[in-house]
Amino acid sequence: MMFVRILGRMGNPFLGLLRELGEMAILLVNCLLWLPRPPYRLRHFFGQLEFIGVRSLFIVALTGLFTGMVLALQAYYGFRKFGGESLLGGAVALSMTREIGPVLTSLMVAARAGSAMAAELGTMRVTEQVDALLAMAVHPVHYLALPRVLSGLIMVPLLTVVDVFIGILGGYFVGVMLLGINPGTYMQKMVEMVVASDLYNGLFKSMVFGLLLALISCHQGLKARGGAQGVGLVTTRAVVYSAVAILIVDYMLTALLF
Amino acid sequence: MHLIRLVDVHKAFNGFRVLDGLNLTVKQGEIIVILGRSGTGKSVLLKHLIGLIRPDRGQVLLEGVDLARLPERELFSVRKRFGYLFQHGALLDSLTIGQNIAFPLQEHTSWPRSQIEEVVATKLAQVGLPGVENKMPSELSGGMQKRAALARALALDPEIMLFDEPTTGLDPITTTTIRQLIAETVRGLKLTAVVISHDIELALALADVIAFLHQGKILTQESPVSFQLSPLPEVQQFLKGEPD
Repeated sequence: MMFVRILGRMGNPFLGLLRELGEMAILLVNCLLWLPRPPYRLRHFFGQLEFIGVRSLFIVALTGLFTGMVLALQAYYGFRKFGGESLLGGAVALSMTREIGPVLTSLMVAARAGSAMAAELGTMRVTEQVDALLAMAVHPVHYLALPRVLSGLIMVPLLTVVDVFIGILGGYFVGVMLLGINPGTYMQKMVEMVVASDLYNGLFKSMVFGLLLALISCHQGLKARGGAQGVGLVTTRAVVYSAVAILIVDYMLTALLF
Repeated sequence: MHLIRLVDVHKAFNGFRVLDGLNLTVKQGEIIVILGRSGTGKSVLLKHLIGLIRPDRGQVLLEGVDLARLPERELFSVRKRFGYLFQHGALLDSLTIGQNIAFPLQEHTSWPRSQIEEVVATKLAQVGLPGVENKMPSELSGGMQKRAALARALALDPEIMLFDEPTTGLDPITTTTIRQLIAETVRGLKLTAVVISHDIELALALADVIAFLHQGKILTQESPVSFQLSPLPEVQQFLKGEPD
């Protein structure tokens, strides 16, 4: 009896996780089914592109800049031990394109836009605005989730490009201007070490992360219950689940792609 | 002819029975007010009528078609026949009042913008709120939000209006105004209306028929006069406001 109870306790979170994954898969399929159906609400869609993309630009650029700078400092410290300082440009660019750019951009967008998405949809849910949409024969997946998921899919890779570019600039500033590495060597190593597939794979990863964080945030928002507490709960969950999912999927994709 | 008929409807949430073999009939052109204490499942009942909630068991018949078993796509086209006034209005708070009222028209008609704007202005005037098109819902009082929500519910000229606690949370003067507005609108447009409330005055002033919801069942469904004389102890307790 005791054993069954322990198994039950262990199984419940697992079943909960499976339920969440199943619900998200259904949301994704619903988004795909609604995608070709009119009305297309372009103005609404552009509003989401702006909210997720344009308004995340500053924070993404800022984190990119300092990440590139700190990366250059740390890598320089490591390379100096065996006289490989000249590899700094390549190391920074490679880390930014393959790993840090996509992951950090997605985490920042999850924190800024994902949380806002979950809070907005959660508030709409608990104040019956989602029911009002249904009562007006408008599907919430079509009107609320689809434009957000598409915007995540499109804008996170674009933001990643900005993040990577600014990060490389930050690395260049620290490596060349502060640590005195020859600018020609810095650029040459970068060109030698980074190949096009590094960039494509990084962008592919960021597309998957963008899709994931938007899907998780919309799913959490639309299942909010109760009042302010319920909205707070789904907002926290949206950010935590998005961050965990991004890191886990990052490992899986890296293992598959690179 | 029964427009809406609920037959033996059961609904439970997390093992808690809310509707327990509920039966209800609504005739075409009738105003029915469903009275009941708070927490008896009145809103749940109303949401069944438009398929926002599906019953665990039983039938929700609209002109003989069971909404409980209707595929989602067909349910969506059925919903266009309904107008739904939510308890707190449920206006979309990211849109202006004008955009809120235009919303169902933009979604379900191919009318030009000028025609939609004209309808929005007409509907707002109808509910006594002319000229608030550019205000956000948060800039309006509770009573005004309810009027604007009524204008939105009427935008597609529905045949059936559903009202969820239309006078709850309003001051006495606004309550009377909303009560009169609902009566004028529903009677003037010859709509069928289902109103859920615990406002006895509203029920007596508005209803052709009053139904009383208690412990998941409709205990009685009769005219306002005979409702007041009902021998049922639950009804008399409710009318007199006696505590348990």
